[in-house]
Formats: sequence, structure tokens, C-alpha cells
Amino acid sequence: MLWETITLAFTTIIRNKLRTFLTVLGVVIGVAAVIAMVTIGQGSSAQVSASVAALGTNVLTVRPGTRGFGPPTGGAAAPRFSLKDAQALADLPVVGFAAPVVSSGQTVVFGNANTATQVYGTSGDYTRVQNWALRTGRSFEPHEESAGSAVCVLGQTVATKLFGNSDPIGQSIRVKNVACQVLGVLSTRGSGSFGQDQDDLVLMPAKAVQRRLEGNANVDSIAVALRKSVSAETGIAAVQSVLRERRRIGLTQPDNFSVSDSKELSNMLGGINTVLTGLLSSVAAVSLLVGGIGIMNIMLVSVTERTREIGIRLAVGASAGQVLLQFLVEAVVLSLLGGAIGIGLGLAIAYGGSVLMAIPFAPSGAVVALAFGFSALIGVVFGYFPARRAARLDPIEALRYQ
Amino acid sequence: MKVPLIQFCGVSRSYGRGEAEVRALDGVDLSIARGEFVAIMGPSGSGKSTAMNIIGCLDRPTAGTYLFQGVEVQDLDQDRRALLRRHCLGFVFQGFNLLARQSALENVELPLIYKGLPKAQRVARARLALQKVGLQGREGHDPSQLSGGQQQRVAIARALASDPMVILADEPTGNLDSQRSHEIMQLLQGLNRDGITIVMVTHEQDIAAYAQRLLVFTDGKLSHDAATPTPVVRSA
Repeated sequence: MLWETITLAFTTIIRNKLRTFLTVLGVVIGVAAVIAMVTIGQGSSAQVSASVAALGTNVLTVRPGTRGFGPPTGGAAAPRFSLKDAQALADLPVVGFAAPVVSSGQTVVFGNANTATQVYGTSGDYTRVQNWALRTGRSFEPHEESAGSAVCVLGQTVATKLFGNSDPIGQSIRVKNVACQVLGVLSTRGSGSFGQDQDDLVLMPAKAVQRRLEGNANVDSIAVALRKSVSAETGIAAVQSVLRERRRIGLTQPDNFSVSDSKELSNMLGGINTVLTGLLSSVAAVSLLVGGIGIMNIMLVSVTERTREIGIRLAVGASAGQVLLQFLVEAVVLSLLGGAIGIGLGLAIAYGGSVLMAIPFAPSGAVVALAFGFSALIGVVFGYFPARRAARLDPIEALRYQ
Repeated sequence: MKVPLIQFCGVSRSYGRGEAEVRALDGVDLSIARGEFVAIMGPSGSGKSTAMNIIGCLDRPTAGTYLFQGVEVQDLDQDRRALLRRHCLGFVFQGFNLLARQSALENVELPLIYKGLPKAQRVARARLALQKVGLQGREGHDPSQLSGGQQQRVAIARALASDPMVILADEPTGNLDSQRSHEIMQLLQGLNRDGITIVMVTHEQDIAAYAQRLLVFTDGKLSHDAATPTPVVRSA
């Protein structure tokens, strides 16, 4: 009986192709939108995780001031770090590498070419902390660091802008008014978690930036890579205790610096992602609701149109329950059909979007199953009212209906 | 004494309430035995269609009792009345009431689907029923491809397919020309000879003449109940 009912539903649906298409369109769009949003959202989450993983596990960033992100509260008052602070952290047993970072926005020039970029004054350990290999050339030697020599390592973007395809090694570029010899070029890193170009930078010895560009002895932040076996909690605690001591912070006073973990960044970005995905998905879910109402509308029209048919079925012995089932199954088949098309369309959109935004395509079986189940639910919910109306028809009236 | 197949005891059916109350049937007593061929006549509004609807379990009396094979039917719920229609009754309507866009065979199969028969058995029985009404070879035709007489034969086959005790025919020849009408009546007479009880509403004297017994309704009451005056001689 159920099989006959399902076959009948399919027959009816195939007979009215245009109507079927228009009916399911709402559900198709709703499901496609939800699937596309969720899939792209998951892809971008995966992208964030991947780019955080590329930072290396357990990279700590130490900054003066109390918060890691945004304008530092009381940061102006908080004393800067010095190169000695960085060295003290590097000497900790839990720390693998620690590199000071002195950042300075500069225009760099070679021949007629110039570009505005960020110059980082640091040590040769910076690339080790960041787990970042050189594509060509070499990094700074310790004697160049201690002398503050005018040497530099270029990010790929800067190298390309200044030198095009020619080899920059051994050439001299001008940073502000300092002639600076190029030692090496970093490998390509691509865009970061916020979409910024990670390759748009120049590395110089910290002392060179402090003395020749900034004219002070400040260190803006310290990048710390913990040893592999060390947990983030242990590492942070060790860094904090050393810095509190060096900065002479009393027992009752709060830190005037902050230590952020790379995982903190990933959690924050993941959180933003979840909120955005949820928001967009719920907007998309509204269109699913509208799609369901579309199905109800057409099913009601269908019941009216087929009043006579219902009368005939009742006369030859169909029970009210069987008539109810027939229309309910038809609504569910309609909405499942819409759901299936919507899933296909949604995945296609998500795939296209992933390629465009260069994020991984991460379709989820659970989401697809959920969307499919939800379409079935829509069919049942919005199909029930028209089906009940059909089942409650008076057979005499129904047979007389023209 | 044998229990009559259909028995009305003071059956009334009224519509509306209070002063607006209209009595379509007013205290009708009648009984129809198994194997009878009964014609019901009467002017429109006389209650003959209401009587048919009640016999067919499509409607319920507001007063009195309706016994089908000795069982009181008027208090049965909707689903049980559906069961009774499914297993004991077959309907033939004036307007044929076939499902458009379904083949003759599919139309005849319809009641068997609700009986829960498997596909192969349904097809076999539907083919047999179509053969009985002389429509072999037309199984795949849609109603729109069939003449009125043929459509009514499909409807009769549909009524036959579920092996009913009674066929209820509501003006079965109302939409047909005289030639087709007589063909259909001969078909019904043949079925009656095979043991199926037939109750038929008609307006036409010569159609009623095919029955053995004539009931006439006037103003909701049974005004005449006798053997048909000039029965059509059965071609044996």
C-alpha cells in the first residue's frame, strides 16, 4: 500500500513538471543556501586552523600592555621590551627560540622600483620561530645581529616588486635612507588568517632597525617558540614569571604585558567564523520556511483540483487515513526532491566559492543528512494540513464537485 | 426467514435544523434481498439519491436503522464504512467518474489497491473484469480515448473487480444515447444473473424495465413498491 502511494506520488509529480519545479524551487533555494553557507563556513574554519598550524605549534607572542589585540589598554604607559628581555626568554629551558620584533613601516627602493612595506627588526631566530624556510640566500649571522649591520632578507612579495624575475641576492636596496644588502629571500607563505599578505615584509637585524630607522632601543614584541614537549600553559607561566621579575612587577600588581598563544588566535577566529556561519545559515533557513509554505500552498490547490479524484477513491473504499497518507507522501516526496536538488546545488556553489576564495572545500555528510532530514520534516509539517483537508472531504460532496 | 441484504427500518435523513429542516427521507422502510435487481425512480428531490447514498454508506441516516446483512451500519465510523464499501459494494455513476490520465486497467485496479492486493493479482483481476464488460484489448486506453459507453463499461468493471455483493448504479445511462443505454443495461442484467444484487436509480421507464422490482420515492417517502410492470424479457 505504501509503495503504491509512493509510486502514485511520483506519477503525479512527473505529470506536472513545471508545477513541480516551481513548487520545489523554494525548498531548493533554501537548502542550497544553507548547504553552501555551512560548507563554505567549514572550509574557512579549516583554512584558519591550517594557517595557525603553519605558525608552528605553540608560538607565543609577547607584547607590552594588557591585551593581545586591539589598542593596548594602558599600553602607552607600559614600558617597552628590550633586546635583553628577548635574550632572557631565549635562555629559558622551556623555550626553543625567541626573537625580538621591532616593526617599522618603510618605503623600500631599488632602482626605479619602490614599495611600502613593513620592516621587522629581529634576529635570525625569527624564521625558526615562525617555522619559515628561506627560498634562496641566507639569514643573518650573529655578528651581523650584534653589529646592527645594514643587511636584509626579503619577503617574496617585496622581492618580486623590486626585482621582478632577476636575482636580488647581493644587491643593495634603500630602506628609508639606509643602503641595505640583500642576503636572502623567504619562501612564499600566502595570505594569513585575516587575508593579509604575509609575504609583504623585510627582515633586518633588530639593532639595525632600532638605530638606523627608529632611533630608539624599543622592542615591540617578542615571538617565542616553545620546545615541542612543553604545553602552552607551562610555557606561558615561565615567560610570565621571567618577565614579571625583569620588569619588577610587585606580587599584587597585574601584568603590564600580555602573552598570547597561537591557539588563542585560532579560537577567536574560529569563534567569529561560527557566529558568521550561524548568522548566514539562519537567514538561509528562513527561505526554507518560505519554501515549505510554497509546498503547502500548492498542495492545497492540488487537493481542491483533485476533489473529484478524492471522492472516487473514497467511494471505491479508500479510508480517510489512506487519502491522508497519499497527500502527505506527495508533499514529502516533493520536499525531498527539492532537498536533493538543493543539496546538489548548494555543494556546487560551495565548491565554486571555495575555489574562488582559495579555501578548502569541506563538504560535511552530517550537514547534508541534516538538510535532507529537514526537507522531509518540512514536507510532513506543511503537507499535513492540506492532506488532512483532503481526508476530511465528504465523499458525496467530492463526487459532485465539478 | 433469510436475512435481507439491505434493510431500512424507519430511515430518515434530514438536513438543517429547526424551521429550516428539510427531510430528504422520511421514515422509509424497505428491504432488498440478495440477488434482486431493483430500480429506484422518483422526481428530483424525492429522496432517491439520498437513499442510494445511505445504502452506499456514503451518508448516514439521522434517524432509524440501516441493516446491511443484518448488521447495523448507521453507527459505524468512517473507516468501517470505508471497509464496507471496499469489500461489499461497487459504485457506478452517471458521470462515470473515472480517473483521467490513468488507463482503463489502472482505473479498474484502483479498488484492489485499497484491498491491498499485490500488483500481479490486481492486474489479473482487472483484466478479467474488463473482459467481462467486453473491453479486452482496451486496457491501455485512457478514458479520453474511450466512448461514453466504453467509459461506463470501465466504471462497471471497476465496480466488479472487487467482487462486490451489491452494485449501486446512480443513473448509469444518464449520459448515454439509447443504443449504448440498452447495451449497458444488458450488461448489468447479465451481472445480476451471475448473482450480484443491483440497485439502480433512473429517470427512464424503459431503463427501469430491466429491473425486476421498482421502488418509487415521492417527497422522501416510499410511495410504490412492486414488480416492474413490463419487464424486459431476459435474453437467456
